Amino acid sequence: MPHIGPVVESDILLALEGVTVSFDGFKAVNDLSLYIQKGELRVIIGPNGAGKTTVLDLICGRTKVSSGSIQFKETEVTKLKEHEIVRLGIGRKFQNPSIYEDLTVLENLEISYPKGRGVFGALGFRRTAEVKERINEIAEMIFLKDHLDTKAEILSHGQKQWLEIGMLLIQDPELLMLDEPVAGMSVAERVKTAELLNRIIEGRAVIVIEHDMKFVESIAHKVTVLHQGKVLAEGRMDVVQADPKVREVYLGH
Amino acid sequence: MNKLSLRSFASNWTGFILLALLLLVVFPAALDDFRLNLVGKYLSFGFVVLGLVLCWGYTGILSLGQGIFFGLGGYCIAMFLKLEASTPENTAIQSTPGIPDFMDWNQLTELPFFWEPFHSFAFTVFAIMAVPAAIAFILAYAMFKRRVGGVYFAIITQAVTAVLTILIIGQQGYTGGINGITDLRTLLGWDIRTDEAHNMLYFICVVLLLGCILLGRFVLKSKLGRILVAIRDKEERVRFSGYDVANFKTFVFCAAAALAGVGGAMFTLQVGFMSPTIIGIVPSIEMVIFCALGGRLSLIGAVAGALIVNAAKTTFSEMFPELWLFAMGGLFIAVTLFFPRGLAGVVYDYVVPFLSKVFFGDKKTPPGQVAAKPAE
Repeated sequence: MPHIGPVVESDILLALEGVTVSFDGFKAVNDLSLYIQKGELRVIIGPNGAGKTTVLDLICGRTKVSSGSIQFKETEVTKLKEHEIVRLGIGRKFQNPSIYEDLTVLENLEISYPKGRGVFGALGFRRTAEVKERINEIAEMIFLKDHLDTKAEILSHGQKQWLEIGMLLIQDPELLMLDEPVAGMSVAERVKTAELLNRIIEGRAVIVIEHDMKFVESIAHKVTVLHQGKVLAEGRMDVVQADPKVREVYLGH
Repeated sequence: MNKLSLRSFASNWTGFILLALLLLVVFPAALDDFRLNLVGKYLSFGFVVLGLVLCWGYTGILSLGQGIFFGLGGYCIAMFLKLEASTPENTAIQSTPGIPDFMDWNQLTELPFFWEPFHSFAFTVFAIMAVPAAIAFILAYAMFKRRVGGVYFAIITQAVTAVLTILIIGQQGYTGGINGITDLRTLLGWDIRTDEAHNMLYFICVVLLLGCILLGRFVLKSKLGRILVAIRDKEERVRFSGYDVANFKTFVFCAAAALAGVGGAMFTLQVGFMSPTIIGIVPSIEMVIFCALGGRLSLIGAVAGALIVNAAKTTFSEMFPELWLFAMGGLFIAVTLFFPRGLAGVVYDYVVPFLSKVFFGDKKTPPGQVAAKPAE
C-alpha cells in the first residue's frame, strides 16, 4: 500500500520544485511543487485548463520548463531528451490512445519491450522465448491475450487504451503517468480498468489524471487538485472533497 | 512441405521468384542487345526506388532529392572510368596530358585533389555508397535532430538537389559541367562499350538489385522495419517508448542514399556517361513517381514501377515528345487518387486472392488481412 504521511527525503521518487512554464506569457503551470513517493498512486484532478496535462508533459520532457527543477531519482530531467527520460524509468500514456494502428497487438508490445532500442540493436533483435513470455504475460494482464495477432486499428476504443497501458507496463517503469485512462470507456471497461490499475501500481508509482469522480474514488489514495497552474489542495480524497476551496472551483458542479 | 508452410513460402517468395525469372531468364532470351541494355538502364533506377520504399513508404520521409544521391554514385564511378580513359598516351594532344579532357579545355593543369583517390578501384566502390550516404547523413542528422519533417524535409531535399546540380554545372573544370563526364571506355581494362560488356553489366545489375531487394526485405522483416512503420504512424509514441527517433530516420535515409548511389553507378556503367541532366529536380521527382506507381510499400512492386514507367517513357516520348510530361503527371495524380498503394496494391487486392483461391482453395480473403502484409 502506498503510504500517506510525513514525506521522508529518501522515499521521494519524483520532485517538482518551483516549476513554471509559460506559453507566450500565459503561465500554464505557475511555481508548482509536487512530490511523488515511491510506490504512490497519485490522482491529479482539476477543472479544464488547470494545467494537468502540462504537468505530465513537463515530467516526460514533451514540454520544456521555463524555470524550476524536476528531479527523478535525484536526476535532473529538465535537460534530458524524451527517450532518455523514458529510459530512466518514466512511462507516459497519452490522453487519446496512442498506439501503432498498422501493427498487430503483438508487434505493438514488442516495440515497447525495452531491448534493442538502438538502430542496430533493433536490426538484430530476435523474438526470443523470454520476449514472447513477457509479451504473453502483459497481454493477459491487459485483457488482450486472444488478440495478439489483431491489427491494433480494429480494436475497440477501450482495448486501445489497455494496449497503450500494456505498452508502458512492458517497459516496467518506476513511474507510470496516465492521462485520462478511462475516457470514452464503457461502464464495464471502467471497472476492468480500475482493477487493472490497482494491480499494476504494485512496485511502482503512478500518476493519474482523471475527470471521472466515481473512478477517482475507486482508485485514489492521495489526490492533488490543480487550479490555474497551482496546487489548490492535496490530501486524502474525502478530505479534499470536503475542502470548500475545492468545492468552489471544481466539485461544485 | 505441408500446405501451411507451402502457403507462407508462396506468399513470401512468389513475387521475388517471378521477378528474378523475368530479369534473369525471360528478358535476356526475348530482347535484343539494345533493348536488354535499356532494361538494364531502367533497372538502375530500381535501386533508387528500393531506397524510396524504405524511407518514404515505410518511414514516411518523402525525399525529392534521390536524384542527387543517384548522381553522386554515378559520378564516383564516372571519375574512376574517366581517369582510366585519360592515360597520357590517349591524351597526348592536350596541353596537359594525363588529365581528363574537359579539365584541359578549362585550362586546368593538374588533377584536382579530390579526383586523386578515384585512381583506386577499391576506393571508388567504397565511395559509390559512402559519398551519397555521407551527404545524406549530414542533411538528415541536421534536420531530424531538429525535428524537421514532412513537407519541410521534402522541400529541403529539393533545394539541396537544386544547389548541388547548379554546383556541378558551374564547376566545369572539376566536374565536366553540363555535359557531364563522357567518353568512358574501360573498367580495369575491360571495354564496357561492347554488346558483350553490356550483357555482362546487365546481369551484374540484376544480381545486385536482387541482392538489394533481399537486404531491404531483411531490414523490413526485422524489428527495425516495424519501428519504421511505427515512426510513420506515431512518431511521438516511438519517442516515448525510449527510442531516439532521429537516429532511425537518419539511418533509413542514409541507406536509401547508398542504394541510390549503387543505382547511379550501374547507370553510368551501362550508359557510358553521367551528367547533371540525369540527377536534377525533374529526374528526382520522376523517381518518386516510379515508386508511387509500383507501390511504395512493396520492394518488388516499386522495381516493377521503375521498369514500367521507364519503358513507357521510352516508347511514348519517342512518339509524343511534348505530351510525355503531361502523361507522367496525370499518371501520378491518378495513382495517388485511385491506387494509393500502386500496382502492388492492385495485385494484393485482386490477383493474390484470386491465386490463393485457385491454388489453395481459399474463400475470399478479407481486404484487411491482405493489406496487413504488403512487405513483399
